[in-house]
Amino acid sequence: MKDKVVCYFSAAQSEQPIIYRLVKNYDLIVNILKADINPQKEGYLVTELEGERAKYEEGISFLKSLGVIVEPLSETVMWDEDTCIQCGACASFCPTEALSIDRDSMEVSFDNSKCVICEMCLECCPTRAIRLHFEVQGAAR
Amino acid sequence: MAYEKTYEEINAKIRRGEAVVVTAEEVIAIVAEKGVEKAAREIDVVTTGTFGPMCSSGAFINFGHSNPRIKMKKVWLNGVEAYSGIAAVDAYIGAAQLPETDPENKVFPGRFTYGGGHVIQDLVAGREIRLEAVAYGTDCYPNKKVDTLITINDVNEAFLFNPRNGYQNYNCAVNLGDRTLYTYMGILKPKLGNASYSSAGQLSPLLNDPHYKTIGLGTKIFLGGGIGYVAWNGTQHHPNVERGENGVPRVPAGTLTVIGDLKQMDPNWLVGLSYVGYGATMAVGLGIPIPILNEEILYYTAVKDEDIFCPVVDYAEGYPYKKPIDLGYVNYRDLKSGRVEINGKMVVSTPQSSYPRAKKIARTLQEWIKQGSFELTQPVAQLPLADAEIDFKSIPERSPNGFTINR
Repeated sequence: MKDKVVCYFSAAQSEQPIIYRLVKNYDLIVNILKADINPQKEGYLVTELEGERAKYEEGISFLKSLGVIVEPLSETVMWDEDTCIQCGACASFCPTEALSIDRDSMEVSFDNSKCVICEMCLECCPTRAIRLHFEVQGAAR
Repeated sequence: MAYEKTYEEINAKIRRGEAVVVTAEEVIAIVAEKGVEKAAREIDVVTTGTFGPMCSSGAFINFGHSNPRIKMKKVWLNGVEAYSGIAAVDAYIGAAQLPETDPENKVFPGRFTYGGGHVIQDLVAGREIRLEAVAYGTDCYPNKKVDTLITINDVNEAFLFNPRNGYQNYNCAVNLGDRTLYTYMGILKPKLGNASYSSAGQLSPLLNDPHYKTIGLGTKIFLGGGIGYVAWNGTQHHPNVERGENGVPRVPAGTLTVIGDLKQMDPNWLVGLSYVGYGATMAVGLGIPIPILNEEILYYTAVKDEDIFCPVVDYAEGYPYKKPIDLGYVNYRDLKSGRVEINGKMVVSTPQSSYPRAKKIARTLQEWIKQGSFELTQPVAQLPLADAEIDFKSIPERSPNGFTINR
């Protein structure tokens, strides 16, 4: 199975080789989409995990046993269709074509399921029609 | 050119609700099917449109007087300075102006989240704007300070006056350098990582009237969702450039100065923009009707994206340092397809100018004319034409104090 999750961790956890253990002990394919660690060493990790269902679930249990808060990745990048002026500048920056142009009508659309939250679109959108809706909770909640 | 129509004849048809009005996109298929001669007899008006960032835009505002009266020395609207070196309570807010507190590019690349274009959009949307002004005080204008909230309904006049809009063609921007560039053409990835263009192509007003045969001073237009007029040629109007056999310039050429009452405009068609690392500006909706006075004028309106070429320009060194780097030309059909070949490499291309919105403007204008609510105007004077002797000047490097400058 394959799924995207957000892992929130505290300073103590961030010093452990968590990703290594997920790969080594649970045979998971880990694709880190986004990571942010603040100066207090708390942070979060958006990652796509892929592997056998049993191993996947064991891996998640392992994370939780360390005290890492694991949550499914919900809608994160929001495209405000009313604010968008349909210029299309975003399309050359979106690596997965989640934001894409229909080259006949030149209309822009957003397919959330393809989005990997790289955030390039946030910078290149001149109307700021693309927003990150990403409630980052305190890791030491 | 046997067949001729006059502005009066076309307007009479518009008033009767009989005018045949098509968009600059629709006319292509009609001419392909019926030929120029037949289509010119049938079609009365072709509507064009463009919606893209146009930095050389802004608005004159007369605030009315405070009591006691004030001769404003400096004026800010939501913290963005408006030029007030004109009469007491007149000011000009420019689309690219930034708040004085903006961090600009001190932490590169800057965000430029709010500027003059956003102020204009907020004004048109009827939102409250903080008006601050200072003055030194005179016998006739004793007041030295104003700090209040206004809306567009509180001011006497507010009219858009854009010194350079509707560029006839524009560069396709690329980056030959090895770091990401943040430009007015958007973000340009290094080593030809992407190509950015900004024109409505076959829908763009001046590309449909390449020799300015109908668009001139006084032409009534769609501007910012309302009515406007062409007031003058735009700044940097440079009609005497290389042109294709179809008369279409192969480089940026003609421009327009446009004017219109801001109070009847629409915030959907004047949109504040933020370009990372570059600055703030405004997208302006502009549409111009072209009266089909004869076959030649119709022929020009039938121009297709594939027949409009623009130069590929390097923004690492070519543009900023005026280095002549020849990267050839590309056409708008290829640019719109999303991939163009530049220097032997296939490059992803995306627009800055909104084609769907340009189409919507052309359609709106089409509806207005069909309904009889928008008649055409004959220009009172022509723009400088392709045979004009206009030099494209640069700032001279002289030394007022005996020092060498700019080097």
